[in-house]
Amino acid sequence: MSTDLTRLTAAELAGKIHAKEISAVEAARAHLDRIAAVDGGENGVHAFLHVAGESAIASAELVDAGIAAGTGPASSLAGVPLALKDVFTTRDMPTTCGSKILEGWQPPYDATVTARLRAAGVTILGKTNMDEFAMGSSTEHSAYGVTRNPWDRSRVPGGSGGGSAASLAAFEAPLAIGTDTGGSIRQPAAFTGTVGVKPTYGGVSRYGLVACASSLDQAGPCARTVLDAALLHEVIGGHDPLDSTSIDAPVPSVVAAARRGAEGDLSGLKVGVVRELGGEGYEPGVRTAYDASLRRLEKLGADLVEVSCPHFEYAMAAYYLILPSEVSSNLARFDAMRYGMRSTVSSGGGVASAEEVMAATREAGFGPEVKRRIILGTYALSSGYYDAYYGQAQKIRTLISRDFEAAFTQADVLVSPTTPTVPFPIGDKIDDPLAMYLNDLATIPTNLAGTAGMSVPSGLSDGLPTGLQIMAPALGEALMYRVGAAFEAARDADDGGPLIARVPEVAP
Amino acid sequence: MTAPTLVDFDDVVARFDPTLGLEVHVELSTNTKMFCGCPTEFGAEPNTQVCPTCLGLPGSLPVVNRTAVESAMRIGLALNCSIAPWGRFARKNYFYPDMPKNFQTSQYDEPIAVDGWLDVELDDGSTVRVGIERAHMEEDTGKSLHVGGATGRIHGAEYSLLDYNRAGVPLIEIVTKMIPGTGDRAPEVARAYVTQLRELVKSLGVSDVRMDQGSMRCDVNLSLSPKASGELGTRTETKNVNSLRSVERAVRYEMTRQAGVLDAGGEIVQETRHFEEQSGSTRAGRRKETSEDYRYFPEPDLVPIAPSPEWVEELRGTLPELPWERRRRIQAEWGVSDEEIRDLVNAGALDLVEATVAAGAPSGEARSWWVSYLSQQANTREQELTDLPITPEQVARVIALVGEGELTNKMGRQVVDGVLDGEGEPDQVVEKRGLKVVSDEGALITAVDEALASQPDVAEKIRGGKIQAAGAIVGAVMKATGGQADAKRVRELVVERCSAE
Repeated sequence: MSTDLTRLTAAELAGKIHAKEISAVEAARAHLDRIAAVDGGENGVHAFLHVAGESAIASAELVDAGIAAGTGPASSLAGVPLALKDVFTTRDMPTTCGSKILEGWQPPYDATVTARLRAAGVTILGKTNMDEFAMGSSTEHSAYGVTRNPWDRSRVPGGSGGGSAASLAAFEAPLAIGTDTGGSIRQPAAFTGTVGVKPTYGGVSRYGLVACASSLDQAGPCARTVLDAALLHEVIGGHDPLDSTSIDAPVPSVVAAARRGAEGDLSGLKVGVVRELGGEGYEPGVRTAYDASLRRLEKLGADLVEVSCPHFEYAMAAYYLILPSEVSSNLARFDAMRYGMRSTVSSGGGVASAEEVMAATREAGFGPEVKRRIILGTYALSSGYYDAYYGQAQKIRTLISRDFEAAFTQADVLVSPTTPTVPFPIGDKIDDPLAMYLNDLATIPTNLAGTAGMSVPSGLSDGLPTGLQIMAPALGEALMYRVGAAFEAARDADDGGPLIARVPEVAP
Repeated sequence: MTAPTLVDFDDVVARFDPTLGLEVHVELSTNTKMFCGCPTEFGAEPNTQVCPTCLGLPGSLPVVNRTAVESAMRIGLALNCSIAPWGRFARKNYFYPDMPKNFQTSQYDEPIAVDGWLDVELDDGSTVRVGIERAHMEEDTGKSLHVGGATGRIHGAEYSLLDYNRAGVPLIEIVTKMIPGTGDRAPEVARAYVTQLRELVKSLGVSDVRMDQGSMRCDVNLSLSPKASGELGTRTETKNVNSLRSVERAVRYEMTRQAGVLDAGGEIVQETRHFEEQSGSTRAGRRKETSEDYRYFPEPDLVPIAPSPEWVEELRGTLPELPWERRRRIQAEWGVSDEEIRDLVNAGALDLVEATVAAGAPSGEARSWWVSYLSQQANTREQELTDLPITPEQVARVIALVGEGELTNKMGRQVVDGVLDGEGEPDQVVEKRGLKVVSDEGALITAVDEALASQPDVAEKIRGGKIQAAGAIVGAVMKATGGQADAKRVRELVVERCSAE
């Protein structure tokens, strides 16, 4: 084989498969081989919790058969391999959400995202590692071991979708799906030098996405280029009657927007620089990369305007009341009565009662971070505390939405660093929840407001990747992709190639 | 546990004022569940009407059943409530194995219907206006069967069986305002309210309101306060009240029990009690050390329900005539007594008779067919009257054939049997079974003459003016014609032939 198929973008792979230059099966095999080479072992990336080799090949064969028969590819991404975060239900693969409590659970149904990927002929390679029930910013809270950052395997890839992001940076897959509740797509994208998009709330169906916090969760595309993310966005996006909170409107034309952006002209666009994000609390290396990013946007013709979002300061506090509240209720169903793990230890000896089984299972099945949030949320919703905690947090949420509305009257899109730091060493923050929570300082406001956000690679700080966050109003994804693609093209041109090309080779 | 001291009922009402409150759960008879597309049919094999959503599987999401919302709004409107222009569902959080998500999706502080009333008519014709606090939507739980153990409850059971067919079936909870000042009529008022509410909901066609099958359930709240004290006593909530008679008995029992406790210087504990059908008494549920905190919060998986004024008015337009008003109208039209109309209602025949009358039958005949012959057939076949495979139109046709003299009453019954046995329309049955009144006068006259000739002594008596003796000749003619002759006409012919001679 003349080219290493794992180094191609999704768009390139699709082009070759649809032109019959290579087969979808070859593409699948190349990536399965790559996974086999770099994912396992003591120092492996460990992006995957489950690799579905057989079904991936079977799916690719179907695509090849369709192309051979002249019925054409099912979509622009037919035959392209993809890594699916283990939080989406799959009827032919286990779904664990990174938790012991769901070890071995095989759902009887496919998530809407899963079903749309299958219908589009995308080859699902397997399920990726994540912080338990998407709670965490490092994948260290996975019950199945940490995922390593391909840029430096002693460091975390971010989280909760560290597995999806790392699989891209390790060339195990050109596409991945993540979910973003407070930054779980964007922060890992920034940490791995990849692209991650949190669509507008309701833009991608949540049906079959095992809930962390229902009002904040949003599925989205992860890729190595903005165009690839856009192609995937259009495959998974759009109204779903099975999700009441899904938006009944056409998916924004993000592919066209990304292509237009790549032409490199942003003149006439107003880019809002959020005063409250990017200053204090951000590492010097991150700030340097951010300053360079702002200059690059100016060079592309954008007008930079400073905007103020005064209530962002309270976003973290509000988030850590709303999220645990919803978590405490959403995770109540894991009670050993119908599926998943069951611990039958009785406190008094003899046969354990239903109540004892529930308690023992939840004690043994949930990790410390999940327990912490369940307890926090149970407390916040308790009678007598509800108004002071959950009620106040909802008010903050409204104020943050208003901050965004005001800012979007002054600017077309907003920008900030995606994260305050570069990837940190494994173990560094595991015992300090507050330090861990600060990872999502810049990404949380978007989730609270239900607006859109993306992270594109912006540079390196001491050899570790940094990300630029671009934020858009609800359903304003097209503009966001345009800016992202323009920025990416300019950055790659200045740098003599994509940032991801500089990731060290992960020695098998 | 020692038996409680019960105070004589008359004594109770002489010294205390009861305050009532009633919470009624109505299971809607929508085709599908509240938040998913599963069927709701009663009595299906356990766990055959389930899907990821009503099983609460990870990742599943609810979608509101529009018909259920309309049913809730129609119930609210029929109870003179205002319909909330905007409201959210809420989660009621508590752990129990028959609740798949360990929270119930319900409405909490934003119910769909509020502030209405129902005028309840008592036996003596007087009316009590019962205020309606709210009507809200929620989902039912699954059913638990606790096996082993003495109490049939989860504690002490060896194992439990769970059926989730009922999980997610739409429920409407209708809560009254406090009903004060009913005195010795409290039990009667409670029963009359539930009776009338059942009838009202049934007339809307939104539920089959079968208390025996649990599609209508009632909780009785009751407190006593010393007469004219102006204070409100502590209330108890009695559950498991599963018949109209039990509603009345539960109120009466709680009044006599609470008075006994108060007389002994005790305090009423705010608690849940269970009604015991056998003894007609109530017993305390498991005492909770702390009050349950359901940690309600708005359901983030659903969007708010915001019915437009146009939608509300459209639904108001679909409300049927109130059942008791309809009864009064029909009673006047048919000229029947209170008792007769009650019999029709109890037999479940009012709609059928009305439809039969609408199809052209006289009301008397229509009533008679449904209440006697068809009710007997329903009994024999162990079917509900409404489930018999015969339509009011078909019954009206049979009545018409009998009325026109085409069939005798007996033949009419045979035609009905034929229809019930699937032999087709009444006219087809007549054709197939050859059921025709013999109206060929020549053949009849021959038969009459033959009968008269074979019984000359009887013929003599008739000729002598003893017309009542004609019965024996009529009987012989009927026998000879295989029952196909019109007995009335035969009698006339017998008399004619005798006088002619």
